[in-house]
Order: sequence, then C-alpha cells, then structure tokens
Amino acid sequence: MEKQATRDAYGKALLELGQRYENVVVLDADLSKSTKTADFAKAFPDRFINAGIAEQNMMGMAAGLAASGKVVFASSFAIFATGRAFEMVRNSLAYGNLNVKVCATHAGITVGEDGGSHQSVEDIALMRSIPNMLVLAPADGASTRAALFQLYDYQGPAYLRLGRPAVPLIYDDKLDFKIGRGIELRNGSDATIVSCGIMVAKSLEAAQILADEGIQVSVVDMHTIKPVDQELLISKARETGCILTVEEHSIIGGLGSAVAEAVSENQPVPVLRMGINDQFGQSGSPDELLQYYGLTVERIVHNIHNLLKKK
Amino acid sequence: MKAINEQVIAECSERARLMRRDIISMLSESGSGHSGGSLSAADIVACLYYGEMNIDPLRPDWEERDRFVLSKGHAAPVLYAALAQKGFFPREQLLTLRKLGSPLQGHPDRNKLAGVEACSGSLGQGISWAVGMALAAKMDKKEYRIYALLGDGELEEGIVWEAAMAAAQYKLDNLLAIVDNNGLQIDGRIEEVMSPEPIDDKFKAFGWEVIKVDGHDHRMILEAMAKARDIKARPTVIVAQTIKGKGCSFMENRVEWHGSTPNQDEAARALAELA
Ligand SMILES: Cc1ncc(C[n+]2csc(CCOP(=O)(O)OP(=O)(O)O)c2C)c(N)n1
Ligand SMILES: [Mg+2]
Repeated sequence: MEKQATRDAYGKALLELGQRYENVVVLDADLSKSTKTADFAKAFPDRFINAGIAEQNMMGMAAGLAASGKVVFASSFAIFATGRAFEMVRNSLAYGNLNVKVCATHAGITVGEDGGSHQSVEDIALMRSIPNMLVLAPADGASTRAALFQLYDYQGPAYLRLGRPAVPLIYDDKLDFKIGRGIELRNGSDATIVSCGIMVAKSLEAAQILADEGIQVSVVDMHTIKPVDQELLISKARETGCILTVEEHSIIGGLGSAVAEAVSENQPVPVLRMGINDQFGQSGSPDELLQYYGLTVERIVHNIHNLLKKK
Repeated sequence: MKAINEQVIAECSERARLMRRDIISMLSESGSGHSGGSLSAADIVACLYYGEMNIDPLRPDWEERDRFVLSKGHAAPVLYAALAQKGFFPREQLLTLRKLGSPLQGHPDRNKLAGVEACSGSLGQGISWAVGMALAAKMDKKEYRIYALLGDGELEEGIVWEAAMAAAQYKLDNLLAIVDNNGLQIDGRIEEVMSPEPIDDKFKAFGWEVIKVDGHDHRMILEAMAKARDIKARPTVIVAQTIKGKGCSFMENRVEWHGSTPNQDEAARALAELA
C-alpha cells in the first residue's frame, strides 16, 4: 500500500495554497524542515515568518497577523504548539476568534526515538477544551490535503493534528471530506470502530480480520473531533449497539471522550476507549511503541471481542 | 573543584576526546539523535565533570553534590558519555541510547538514569529548574553549586530571560550558566533565523556577570569556572564560543548535522579523526 506522512501532505498542500491565495501567511518556530513548511518558506519568503525557538511569540504574532486580515498557518511539533503556547492559543487565537490554523506535526508516540518529552498525547484534549476551536486529526495524506483547503475557507481558529511517520493512503482524490462530518469507511452491524489519525488504517485492517471471523463492524474515520459528528455517532450507536474508539492519544479528553460524551447523553451504549492509558511516552521506534502501548490491529480485534460481550 | 594545573587540563582534554568517540558510537548505533550540539559541548561538559564539579558516582543522591542541568536536552549523548566515563553506569549501556526500555532516553529523564538531575528536552525549561535548585541551596544554606548548559538558539525562548531575571533578583551566585555559542540552530545560522545576539550584553543588562571563553580551550573554560566562584551576589554566565560538530571535520559548522547521525562509514571516519 502506498504511504505518505501527513506532514508531507501538509507541506505540499501549503505550497499550493500559497500559490493560489496571496493572503496565506505561514509561521514556524525553527522546525520548518521537520514540519515541512520549508517548501512554502522557500517559495514565498515574504509570507513566511520564522519565530525562532519561541512558540509563545509565534502564536501571539499569528494573532496580530490574523487580526490584520491574513490567513495564518502556524506550525511546530504538537507538544510545543499546544503545550508551550497553550495559553496564547487560548487567549489570543481562540478568545479573539481569529483566523489562525495551528498545524502541528509530530503528534503522538510515533515521534519515536526523541522520547516522552516530545510525544504529545494530550494535545487533542487541550485543544478540544477551548471554546471556538475546531479540532481535526486526518488519517492520511489525501484527507490532510482536503482538510487544509477547507481550513483555508473556514473562518476561525483551528487545530490540525499531523504525524511524523509515513502512513498508508486510504483515500484517493475523489474523497468526500467535509469538516464536521465523519466518514463511514465500512459498514457492519455488530459493532462500530470510531478512530482518527493513524489508527484509521489499523482499524480497517482489524475490521477485515473480524469479517473473516464472521463479525461485521462499521469503521468511521472521525477526522473532526470537534465539533464531533453527533448525528453519525447516534445512528451508529443505535444500529450496532456498541462503540470502540481508537486513537494515538491519551484516553483522557481525546476522541474517546468526545464519543463517550455524545453517546452517553444521546444514545447510551457500551463505549470502550483505546488509546494511551494515562501514561507518558518514551524512546523507541514508532512501531515498537505502538506495540508497547497496545495500539495494534490485534488489540483492536481483541477489544471488539470484549466489547461484544457487553452488548 | 580541582586546582587548575597541567594535569587537570590534560585530563579534561583527553576525556573530551573519549566522550566525542562515545558520542559518535552511540549516535551511529541509534541512528537518530543530535550530533552537532553534542560534539560542540564536549569540552565544556568534560571540564565540568573532570575539573569543576563535586560529585560522587557512587552516591548519585548525595545531598552536598553539585548539580548539572543539561538545559539543551537534545545534547543528551554528551551527558551520557560523561556519566558513563565517570562510572554512573557501565559504558556498554551507551549503545542502548534511544532504544525501547533504555534508561538513556532521547532526552534526559531524571527518573530513569542516576546522575541525570532534570527532565529536559523542551528548550528553555532547564535553566528554570537550575534557578529553582539554586534557590533551594540558598534556603538550606548549602555550599553546593548549580550548573546549566544552554544552546544559543535556546536563548530565543522567553522563559530563559524570565529565569535570568529571577536569578539576578535572588542574587544566585551559586548558579553558573554556560551558553554553547555555536552559532547554529535547526533552520540555519542564528543571526539569520532569530538572533539572540549580543548575548553578553543581554545577560549583563539582566544583572549577570559575563565571562567569554573559547569553548574548546580547556584552560580557559576551567579558569572561567573558577573565577565564577568568586563572583558574589549575582549569577554568572560563561558565553563559550564553539563550533557545532567540533572534532569531526565533515560535521563542523554544518547545520545539516544538527539532528542527523553518522552511518557506519562516517562513524569510522569520525573515529579515525578522534583517535
Ligand atoms: C521548546 C522547544 N521548541 C523546539 C524544540 C526543537 N529543537 C530541538 S533542538 C533545536 C535547536 C536548538 O538550537 P541550539 O539551542 O542552538 O542548540 P545547539 O546548536 O547547541 O544544538 C530545536 C528548535 C525543542 N526541543 N524545544
Ligand atoms: Mg546552537
């Protein structure tokens, strides 16, 4: 299967956006080679601002630029964009309801060898808790590109969560991507897997294994975590009677929480959350870490078996 | 602190060479990590561990020990090389750098490895830890000293200057900061990306004593560290002029070696140069 890192797709789409729209401004904080904003920087040096190693000032400057009519894309690693600069994102970008898209790469444990200090497993929770913030975690390169173009048209602050390693492409350019609307990639009536980011491809693999066992599960790519697609969740809860959420993020405050909140208030069914179990990450290769923290196809299959017993 | 004599200077120089060799071997084995900034700091760190600091590898928790915070945490290999040579852990363990389950995390973690005093890696935070440690030493009327090593790019973080302000406010003469002034960050030369220069005048304006040295001259480094002990009622910073990638000719002054590692051939060439 063809693979591409979502950060690579971001860099390419950003360049296209820059060619198409003059009011696009990109900010980075000394990580442009890793976040892939470097291509935009090279093509449009007058519309690229390197904040240096100063994420807080980067977000503050983003606010000022957006307040002056620019559409701003600000990038760093997820840990620094949402962690170091949290309060600037909250009080400048979101409270000010400004047109800044925080596009953070190196989210989750698949950062790998850099270790726990660099592995953000709380960023979705942080961003989701802020009023006005839109939160997106696309699953592959094609949906990242679609998300970026829609973000350009979307008015207001947003968080786009991107990853470091190459991941399988699950969509082609015919994909029907709409902010706020989950994508049902597979339909089955026994259970529903709701996932986002790099775990969508693994969920699809698990669904195939389950189908071979005679268990039919639905798979939803919930690329928009806020506002979460309530309507789809309610109908999947009603149709399948249970939901497994799968994300490369803490089980506290992320996709799992968003789904559990929506389902428990509207169509209560058993919900099981798969993710990082309230732990920090550590050094290791991305694949070793996914294994270590139980974010594997086998665990998804295993958890569906468990969940079916609770129905 | 040891008296500065030819023997101590020679030992620091030899230890720095061995540390550079270990850095190359570790990074070549791990296949990821930060070469340039580990090598630029090797002489400074060797002088701390073999000339300046009062530590005991057999008692990593000894209350009276001096404390070193590697604020530029991505240079973890240089810290691990020093700790291993000092005997905090077996040198073979160096080759587990960045591997799953290793205490030698990609960035230093005080809870995983004896001798590591802080959790650093998020730039700028280490100097604040060091200020806190210096405050604690003052509260407890202890004589031990606190050392923090920062990158020049790291100085772009606002927290560094918040910490600098606090250190002067509380007259922390038990704190010595050292800036590894190699002129490079990730996206290019610091003067092109976001210049923190003039570094010396900035620290002076914040109430610090400033000493400038050649960061690869062991005598100068040791003498500056000794001099800092005599500065009272304010913190001292040593601004050390260095070369990123120092000791390995094809890495020297090259920005692309910030976060890349030598392959086997490159490692062999580097080790030959460091023989
Ligand atoms: C808060 C934070 N932002 C960004 C990074 C990513 N980063 C790691 S090293 C580095 C460049 C550091 O440059 P410098 O301080 O000059 O280090 P040196 O040249 O000594 O390696 C950056 C931006 C980080 N570790 N922490
Ligand atoms: Mg530097």
